[in-house]
Amino acid sequence: MSTNSLRSTTGMGRTGDKVFSGAAMAAGILILVVLFSVAIFLLVQALPTFSAKPADLTGGEGFFSYIFPIVIGTLIAAAIALIIATPIGIGVALFISHYAPRRLAQGLGYVVDLLAAIPSVVYGAWGASFLASNLKEPYAWLAENLGWIPIFAGPASGTAKTMLTAGIVLAVMVLPIITSLTREIFLQAPKLHEEAALALGATRWEMIKMAVLPFARPGIISAVMLGLGRALGETMAVALVLSSGPLIASLIQSGNQTVAAEIALNFPEAFGLRLNELIAAGLVLFLITLAVNMVARWIISRHKEFSGAN
Amino acid sequence: MKALHIGRAAAVVTVAALALTACGTDNAVNSGSTAGATTSAGVPVTGTLTGTGASSISAAMDAWKAGFETANPNAKVQYSPEGSGAGRKAIVAGAVQFAGSDAAMSDAEMTSAAEKCGTNGAINVPWYISPIAVAFNVPGVKDLKLDAATVAKIFRGDIKNWNDAAIASQNSGAKLPDLAITPVHRSDNSGTTDNFTDYLATAAADVWTDKKSGDWPATLTGENAKGTSGVVKTVTETAGAVTYADDSAVTDALGKVELKVGDSYVKISADAAAKAVDAATPVAGRGANDLSLKLDRKTTVAGAYPAVLVSYAVFCTQYPDAATADLVKAFGTFVVGDEGQKAAVAAAKSAPLSASLATKAKASIASITAAK
Amino acid sequence: MSLATMTPRKRSALTRGQLPKYTPYAIAGAAIILAAALMSVIGFNAFGWGVLSAVLFAAGWVATTAAVEGSRKAKDRLATSLVVGSFLVALLPLVSVIWTVLANGIPGLLQPGFLGTSMKGVTGVQDNASVANGTPVLGGAYHALMGSVLITLWATLISVPIGLLTSIYLVEYGQGSRLAKAITFFVDVMTGIPSIVAGLFAAAFFGLVIAPGTKTGIVAAVALSVLMIPVVVRSSEEMLKIVPNELREAAYALGVRKWRTIVKVVIPTAISGIASGVTLAIARVIGETAPLLVTAGFATSINLNVFSGWMASLPTYIYTQIMSPTSPSNPGPSDQRAWAAALLLILLVMALNLIARLVARIFSPKTGR
Repeated sequence: MSTNSLRSTTGMGRTGDKVFSGAAMAAGILILVVLFSVAIFLLVQALPTFSAKPADLTGGEGFFSYIFPIVIGTLIAAAIALIIATPIGIGVALFISHYAPRRLAQGLGYVVDLLAAIPSVVYGAWGASFLASNLKEPYAWLAENLGWIPIFAGPASGTAKTMLTAGIVLAVMVLPIITSLTREIFLQAPKLHEEAALALGATRWEMIKMAVLPFARPGIISAVMLGLGRALGETMAVALVLSSGPLIASLIQSGNQTVAAEIALNFPEAFGLRLNELIAAGLVLFLITLAVNMVARWIISRHKEFSGAN
Repeated sequence: MKALHIGRAAAVVTVAALALTACGTDNAVNSGSTAGATTSAGVPVTGTLTGTGASSISAAMDAWKAGFETANPNAKVQYSPEGSGAGRKAIVAGAVQFAGSDAAMSDAEMTSAAEKCGTNGAINVPWYISPIAVAFNVPGVKDLKLDAATVAKIFRGDIKNWNDAAIASQNSGAKLPDLAITPVHRSDNSGTTDNFTDYLATAAADVWTDKKSGDWPATLTGENAKGTSGVVKTVTETAGAVTYADDSAVTDALGKVELKVGDSYVKISADAAAKAVDAATPVAGRGANDLSLKLDRKTTVAGAYPAVLVSYAVFCTQYPDAATADLVKAFGTFVVGDEGQKAAVAAAKSAPLSASLATKAKASIASITAAK
Repeated sequence: MSLATMTPRKRSALTRGQLPKYTPYAIAGAAIILAAALMSVIGFNAFGWGVLSAVLFAAGWVATTAAVEGSRKAKDRLATSLVVGSFLVALLPLVSVIWTVLANGIPGLLQPGFLGTSMKGVTGVQDNASVANGTPVLGGAYHALMGSVLITLWATLISVPIGLLTSIYLVEYGQGSRLAKAITFFVDVMTGIPSIVAGLFAAAFFGLVIAPGTKTGIVAAVALSVLMIPVVVRSSEEMLKIVPNELREAAYALGVRKWRTIVKVVIPTAISGIASGVTLAIARVIGETAPLLVTAGFATSINLNVFSGWMASLPTYIYTQIMSPTSPSNPGPSDQRAWAAALLLILLVMALNLIARLVARIFSPKTGR
């Protein structure tokens, strides 16, 4: 009897295992199917762009010369955002996880999560009115004193609705994402390693450098990639903040454009070939993210020895 | 302990859900203030009417919806302001019963509309007219008289200062300051830009060498902002800035240009806009009931204001069943009729259709039929 | 910095090579005074004064430490200064954004009827009257609030199981397999889908399956799921990965089945991070405008059925109120409604966040953390 019951639970456990692993795999396959259909949808919709005569496309010189400047603009905006947000985000996460008193840390973590939720329209409105009007003078100063650096070439825009402003707004939007994820990773760093480091007389920073950061590196890259995804794909905030124009090197003059904002600004009135063209632009954005992610995965795999499960 | 936690959480969620669902009402406005149900002709219709299209008419659409639903309590109109292009695409695909568009359908679209809209395809009916103001922020100056060529030069950046001789010569007596001109245009593709560049390209053909387009010409740099509210806000905050925008959204803080028509200058007004629309000619090669208009931007009719946007309703000529056809006809007739146009004037400060155009529009809507 | 020589040192054997306790205060005072002096030379403003004082304080403190306590301590102080400094820098824009939303949103939110009514029947006439006569602004966001809650709820119901199961497959079952690698890669690709494309895809899919132009809450939920799933997978994958293997091995050693181990040991250990990730995912999609407009339509009256009829949502409500005001000539009331709705959206996410934390607290094992 006792053997019977033992056998029956084993049988149940085995079925449970099968069902569970089957469900997990099915979910994964479902994601592939969805992505595959999205890709088909995009390709079918974008296809007419590539077979169209160059003269029929926006700018009249073919798809490449239309998309190239705004792709560069997208990369510039995302780069500004990440250059600002990554160190600050990691700093804030460290502050919350290892520096702030525990009670304060919980509250802060909560506030940061909340900030990810502010709709992008609000960030856009804030950037266009509050931030831009406060940046007019700093930009004029930059143009005057550092104008010999191409990215600060004058004359500064009178409205300050420039690429740098858009990049800063994106940085503010990306910050909560990076902070929130890296904070969780930092909190999960093995306590034993930390305590061992401290016991050996390491300062707090040495402990973080030796025990926390190596452990968290893949997670940090993941978090930055998620942030990058948002920075690349952000439409409304950029559309509201940036006074767009052709590609220029100066970040404090009005000009440049991002792919996502270009789609958002032109999509409502688009029809026919223009619509195909904008969806092709969406496809390009998709490919950029793909490339960036491949690079990130490659970096993570190089540091595999530090990866999570110990 | 755990069960207690779960119980407490469930209680909080339930109470919150109850509180949310219990107190909502569609009755935001005290009823009785709107026009009575009896003014609308015929028997009240029922059903839901779905449309998609231009966002320029959304303020008017709110008013039309409210007025129509008051007159026909069992009818419902829903309109999604996704843009003119989306609207035309949706009616061609048979996804909606009507579309709102800042431009009449192209010939290609008219042909493909025949698939879902009956053998005669679709019809364009003008239902909303909005004059486009050239609005500027120059301290101490509220009125300026300019011809089309000067306006074109200002927006191209050829005239860079408000005290330029080209401006001063047309405005004797005005105190024009030494102030740089900042032209501001729309960053999004829009019917307003399309109509304004059409005006410049036609009336100032030798200065404005770009074709008319919903996108601002990419070769012209300058400041831009998204949406009508965006450009008006930017101009209001920047001294020396000038833009073009739907008249209704231009605040009193800004000055408006009087455009030169023939030998005189015309102030922007609803009447002047309606006059320009009356001077328009029908687009050639369209069906008898189609009211697509070709606006004459070079018109010399006295008192006509040529920078005007005409927004169209796109209807099918044939709907699958009688109920839908009746609903469409009732709504269309209401909008182009006196009541609908008055509601739009009150809510959106648009220019009403002239009596003769409204009659034509009503006749064209009356021609809509049902398949069975 | 000559500050080091200014601070008197105690030459006691026990505290040799250590700065006295009052050093940071002394340096802070000196930094503030020095900053004020410098600012008065180049033109005074409070913001610059604060920033300059902080920078001077950090530099002074690090330099003093380096001179007295050695370079290891100095590096530690430098790191502390940078971490705290980055926190303060991050605080500035975030506080500014929150302040903007609160200041603009509270008047509208307190308007009677804002939370209880829809926009049905509200036209420019009422807004013009409200501006002209100073009467209360009519119309509310109840329909949009309910729409957002329902659509997001359905999107969460769709994407959390799929996302969580996928990440379990990736971490627990498929490690190293070709399928797992493909999924990991394509989930990353999925984070790059522009939101409007997700909306168009869902609209096209339902248009094909049901009828062209089908716009309901559930279509929007599917569109948002496409955007949510990769965030859920990615964050929960990271969280599952860092669950120590010792825990799993201990469970296996006790004869616990793998799926029981996952459900009872792995997920509870990671639940706080997973909940945080889900909240992030919700936060990521709840503010989306464009995909909602093409999938759920734009309603001005209440609809509580996600399977039929158009639905309003807070982002489309905010967007249309800002971009095409109810009364073009008097955009004030529309602005007020838009900011109030933005505040409402944030409060909604706050509530969801609280629920997620509650869930995490209920299921997570009691540890020292």
